[in-house]
Amino acid sequence: MPIRAAVTLAATAIGVVLLFSFRTPAAAPIATLTPSSISSSTSTPSPTATPSGAPPSGGASPAPTATATATPTPAASGLKSGSFTGQTYTNPYGNVQVQVVISGGKITSVKTIQYPNGHQQSVFINSQALPLLEQEVLKAQSAQINIVGGATFTSQGYAQSVQSALDAARA
Amino acid sequence: MGTMVTVDVRDPHPMPPDVEAAVETAIAWFHQVDATFSTYRDGSEISRLGRGELLERESSPEVREVLGLCAEVERRSGGCFDIHCGGRLDPSGLVKGWSVQRAAERLRAAGARSFFIGAGGDIVTRGEAAPGQRWRVGIRHPELADRVAAVLETGDLAVATSGAYERGEHILDPRTGRAPEELLSMTVVGPSLTYADAFATAAFVMGEQGLPWVAGIDGYEGLGITRDRRTVWTSGMAALLVRDIAPAM
Repeated sequence: MPIRAAVTLAATAIGVVLLFSFRTPAAAPIATLTPSSISSSTSTPSPTATPSGAPPSGGASPAPTATATATPTPAASGLKSGSFTGQTYTNPYGNVQVQVVISGGKITSVKTIQYPNGHQQSVFINSQALPLLEQEVLKAQSAQINIVGGATFTSQGYAQSVQSALDAARA
Repeated sequence: MGTMVTVDVRDPHPMPPDVEAAVETAIAWFHQVDATFSTYRDGSEISRLGRGELLERESSPEVREVLGLCAEVERRSGGCFDIHCGGRLDPSGLVKGWSVQRAAERLRAAGARSFFIGAGGDIVTRGEAAPGQRWRVGIRHPELADRVAAVLETGDLAVATSGAYERGEHILDPRTGRAPEELLSMTVVGPSLTYADAFATAAFVMGEQGLPWVAGIDGYEGLGITRDRRTVWTSGMAALLVRDIAPAM
């Protein structure tokens, strides 16, 4: 009788939602990086950081569309390998734009190529916040640390730019 | 200030359809919580309560539950947790943890075994990160942006951190009206993120004295990072700390 190999299919269902609690001049709708996506792959563990969802709203500036430099090799995650530049988004502290590199269906790096440096406070906030967020995206795929906790600042524009880069990677 | 909420389910296939639906429900829940409790939305129940346009008994069951929990923590902390601090109604120190805790309970009830929900640095973990692998939760260093000050290995646990580095959420000592000065951050772990979140705020206000206070609460442990760059923790926290990773001080 053949031995049935135990194939573990790790599924990662990730929903990401941005909740805005700062005042904005507009009616300040909750930005909806929703609904969640269900992505799965055959490897274990496969924590694919895949915030997914609706078109960005809220503080989105009229921005160039996300650009992609990709090789058409969609992996199990549905993400093509390559370098994807997210759209530029504006948050209360300025503009944010990221570049996401995907290899083998996973995010291998997130680079901030544009970030707010308008006034003193912004510089301080963002010199801290952006590297943290980059780390958060990357740490999600790290075997060493699954989650990083301990800070509450999140850049709206950052998450949106990552999202648009991932959308480009799926296109 | 924006808060990003992440729901990450790691259960093996086949994932029950209920779980997929529960992830969607959780996301909708967080939007609902924001609409109800945001102090930055003029039309939220909390804002209307704060302005006296709404009475507590007229408010939703969720709001009354949260206000009751806040009053409990205020009592237990000797006033170091106070949602009326600064003359306005602000239950933010408990709402985030409470909403994540609720979402985690519903996700588990829907059949999810292994998952985490994180909201702006406060986390609930359930089950395992991968088969045979415990969750590893890094606690961000309050000053060194790219480092973690401690790593905790968890199973079913809540991890909440309050600190001076929370932009837009300056925690004030309700007793003095000033920002607490002893600690850079205080992390509290325990069975419920509702309490861990509020306890972390209260213990941060107490300073180093917050550690023995947390240690005296059944099931809860604390880890603080002091102004003079020491990491201090309660005895029960030691079992969770991963020792082979050097704290980045």
